[in-house]
Amino acid sequence: MTMLKKLHMTAAVLALSTTTVAAQEVEVLHWWTSGGEAAAVGTLRDALSDGGVGWVDMPVAGGGGSDAMTVLRARVTAGDPPTAVQMLGFSIQDWAAEGALANLNDLAAEQGWADVVPEALQRFSTYEGNWVAAPVNVHSTNWVWANTALMEELGVEQPGSWDEFVSAMQAAQDAGYTALAHGGQAWQDATVFESMVMGVGGPEFYQASMVDLDPEALGSDMMVEAFQRMETLRGFVDDNFSGRDWNLASAMVINGDALFQIMGDWAKGEFVNAGLTAGEEFTCFRVPGTQDTVTFNSDQFAMFNVSDPAAQEAQTAMASAVMSPEFQITFNLVKGSVPARTDVSADQFDMCGQMGMEQLAEAAAGGTLFGSMAHGHANTPSVQNAMYDVITAHFNGEYDAETAAAELVTAVEIAQ
Amino acid sequence: MAVASTENAVRSSSVARAFVYLFLLLFALFYLLPFGIMLINSLKPLEEITGGGMVALPQNWTIEPWLSAWSTAQIGVQPTGLRPYFINSIMMAVPAVILSTVVGALNGYVLTKWRFRGDTLIFGLLLFSCFIPFQIVLIPMARVLGILQIAGTTPGLILVHFVYGIGFTTLYFRNYYAAFPTELVRAAQIDGAGFFQIFWRIMLPSSGPIIAVSFIWQFTNIWNDFLFGASFASGGSAPMTVALNNLVNSSTGVREYNVHFAGAIMAAAPTLLVYIVAGRYFVRGLMAGSVKG
Amino acid sequence: MAATDGFSASGSDFRTRLQNWLPKIVLAPSFAIMVIFVYGFIAFTIYLSFTDSRMLPSYEWVGWQNYDRLFRIRQWDTSVVNLAIFASLYIVISTIIGLMLAIFLDQKIRGEGVLRPIFLYPMALSFIVTGTAWKWMLDPAIGLEATMRLWGWESFSFGWIKDGDMAIYTIVIAAVWQSSGFVMAMFLAGLRGIDNEILKAAQMDGASNWNLYRRIILPQLRPAFLSAFVILSHLAIKSYDLVVAMTDGGPGTSTWMPAVFMYEYTFTRNQMGIGASSAVIMLMTIAAIMVPYLYAELREKK
Repeated sequence: MTMLKKLHMTAAVLALSTTTVAAQEVEVLHWWTSGGEAAAVGTLRDALSDGGVGWVDMPVAGGGGSDAMTVLRARVTAGDPPTAVQMLGFSIQDWAAEGALANLNDLAAEQGWADVVPEALQRFSTYEGNWVAAPVNVHSTNWVWANTALMEELGVEQPGSWDEFVSAMQAAQDAGYTALAHGGQAWQDATVFESMVMGVGGPEFYQASMVDLDPEALGSDMMVEAFQRMETLRGFVDDNFSGRDWNLASAMVINGDALFQIMGDWAKGEFVNAGLTAGEEFTCFRVPGTQDTVTFNSDQFAMFNVSDPAAQEAQTAMASAVMSPEFQITFNLVKGSVPARTDVSADQFDMCGQMGMEQLAEAAAGGTLFGSMAHGHANTPSVQNAMYDVITAHFNGEYDAETAAAELVTAVEIAQ
Repeated sequence: MAVASTENAVRSSSVARAFVYLFLLLFALFYLLPFGIMLINSLKPLEEITGGGMVALPQNWTIEPWLSAWSTAQIGVQPTGLRPYFINSIMMAVPAVILSTVVGALNGYVLTKWRFRGDTLIFGLLLFSCFIPFQIVLIPMARVLGILQIAGTTPGLILVHFVYGIGFTTLYFRNYYAAFPTELVRAAQIDGAGFFQIFWRIMLPSSGPIIAVSFIWQFTNIWNDFLFGASFASGGSAPMTVALNNLVNSSTGVREYNVHFAGAIMAAAPTLLVYIVAGRYFVRGLMAGSVKG
Repeated sequence: MAATDGFSASGSDFRTRLQNWLPKIVLAPSFAIMVIFVYGFIAFTIYLSFTDSRMLPSYEWVGWQNYDRLFRIRQWDTSVVNLAIFASLYIVISTIIGLMLAIFLDQKIRGEGVLRPIFLYPMALSFIVTGTAWKWMLDPAIGLEATMRLWGWESFSFGWIKDGDMAIYTIVIAAVWQSSGFVMAMFLAGLRGIDNEILKAAQMDGASNWNLYRRIILPQLRPAFLSAFVILSHLAIKSYDLVVAMTDGGPGTSTWMPAVFMYEYTFTRNQMGIGASSAVIMLMTIAAIMVPYLYAELREKK
């Protein structure tokens, strides 16, 4: 905090306005560089240019946004932050704590954001009661994606419990298919793991271990069981999983080589792009054991402090465009997620999208909507990555379940 | 300065020679393999890569991936291809290489021909700078670039590469000039030639090989840099490597591997060209001092 | 370190004095740049390693806490062990291959002009590019293994890159591929610099080829060995791009190296203090190798 304030002061004293963004332009740092995502961002750019606001694109792909965060740090340290940055969960809070983010309260009040954005999301979009970011979407992470033709062939019903899930996968494996399509990357391992934690211990346990980081919960027998379930899943994954990208894992389900994939709803985009229809060629259901809960992450545009009035105006225009119902629908149709606003029409969404919107609203009302650990919405990046290390090391056979639970306690302690 | 020996005194039998050739050819194959695979796959339609192996020759040759990577592939939101970033890289690499080479040459000249108390220590300190892990300079460097008002611009990136290139270029020129007869410099001075005159008229004309080494080394390092490019010049002024990463490492969607390979070769083309054109000076330049104790 | 003044000042007029100062003036900017951008930044990093910096630098002093934590993090142990394995194999294999190629290439080989650039070109490519190419080739599903099986060798199996215990060796392969040609160039330069008269005299005395190399040529290559060692070891300690492009530290965390660790903790995990402390350890390791070398090297040259 102090560092940044000093930077601002120095900048002011020396009258160094290093902002390279000209009037009525927004500079946007993001890592949506793939075809579909870039197209989705493109809709925002078009919406802005209709209003006379230029778009300076600043894509930094790779590392699930970690490279982009490095760039951001360099830019902020240099006193030249971008106008808006794609950001997840606790990172927004961290930047807000550094005093780097703009205040969007006026716009939020005018457009009534507080009424249409779920509480659980506001937890991340606001800092100390002030709006600092505009949420774009809500992804939920505890989905299973399944190939319906393969389910029929194997005589498998949609599993409602962990045991049914295991026996379905067993059937697929016995028939010579890959039971679970999975990519061995830390964040994918963690995405699966958080559903295991939720499935084994339910919402209270998830809250205690993943959010409150209670050492007792982290080292408990239930945690050991969650790790044991990971071992069970490991037995259903093919040999070549390590390092595979998630979309290639989705392709295995699409092509009928694999039965299930546990992945967030961005996977749907892959199925749709391949010409498949939800409820027909593929289906989606909550990870067995987590039916009544939703773990979510939310992409938001964090708005940074810009000094130039024209740039501020452009920034406001952008925030307003992001929150408009039209953009929320267009974007999320492309991206596979559901809108961050709960008041937009679900008509244009497919079966999985409608189900997701409905369950999101229910979970938000019933208090079973939790931030995703794997995607930085349950704890800070340092804790999150410390958990990644343990989960991925265990999944790759470096620890057994007991050791992993014990390691988790230590790793979280060091990271705090 | 040593001159390449045209004659080797070691004799060997013909069996041994056959073995030598075999060994060299096998290794040549090993070195060529990865590049060959990249080249082959950049000339295939995507279905052939995803459907079959990547080692087979293309059934339908196509240059479509190359055209796409160059001018239409999606980099971020804009479908610009790699072309604008290629130009950025040139704008960045050329001045940075020239600047660091000139300064390195002058430093080498001073450190060998105009020695003064403590010069060895200064050289030692300069040399050590070649070996620091660059990650540690990112944050303080960002601050400095901000103060200089060149953050996020090509001039900023030129400065960064210039600063961290001086150590290497000074090393090369110093070792090269160490073998240069000091008597010539002294004689010229007695004739009334000044500091820069001697450098210009006597040192530079015989510096060809080491300029080549310095140029190759700097150009390769600067062109291939990713860390600084990503941190200090993203967006419109991003260099080729950053754009390539954006192309290859996109998080979702269909992966056009053939386009990725074409882009990768494009990113590598200038440095490859430099090696092929100037490569023979490399060994000569190394010989002429830089690896001698 | 009694450096001699190259020239004695013969006059006291302005021009001569300027001439005497010119060398120092020319060197001064480089010196200033280095003091700020290298040693200043190093000092800053050392300072950060004693603070509670997380996302951005902070100036809260916490003493040795970051170092204490660093040594309790398992991934740091993994990184250090990996570096030990990687560096020793990489340096030894690159040196052996480089030396052999240089010696063989020095046998008046026809086509040397073609072979030499082939051995050298990997140095021209970015690790981002070559790492990706190697990742593909070593991937069992599409690369070498799949091809061999396609050609009828059904039992062929090479899945190191997917195996946590072996993945680090695939990085060694790619790294050796990348830099052994450069080592070859250094040795070749050394070999070409050896005086042929000595060799001829030794041959007159009936020395065998083996003895010729062992007793006369190799000892003369000592400087090239040293240069190769220094360049390779600092490349090993700094290796970052190649690991990220090939395995991204995986499977699991089995191919982490200190440079990867440092980047991760500083920039991804918002634990800049711990990242800085790992950087300091890396710097000290580099200094432990470099300073004696530089000292010996520069003393000799005086």
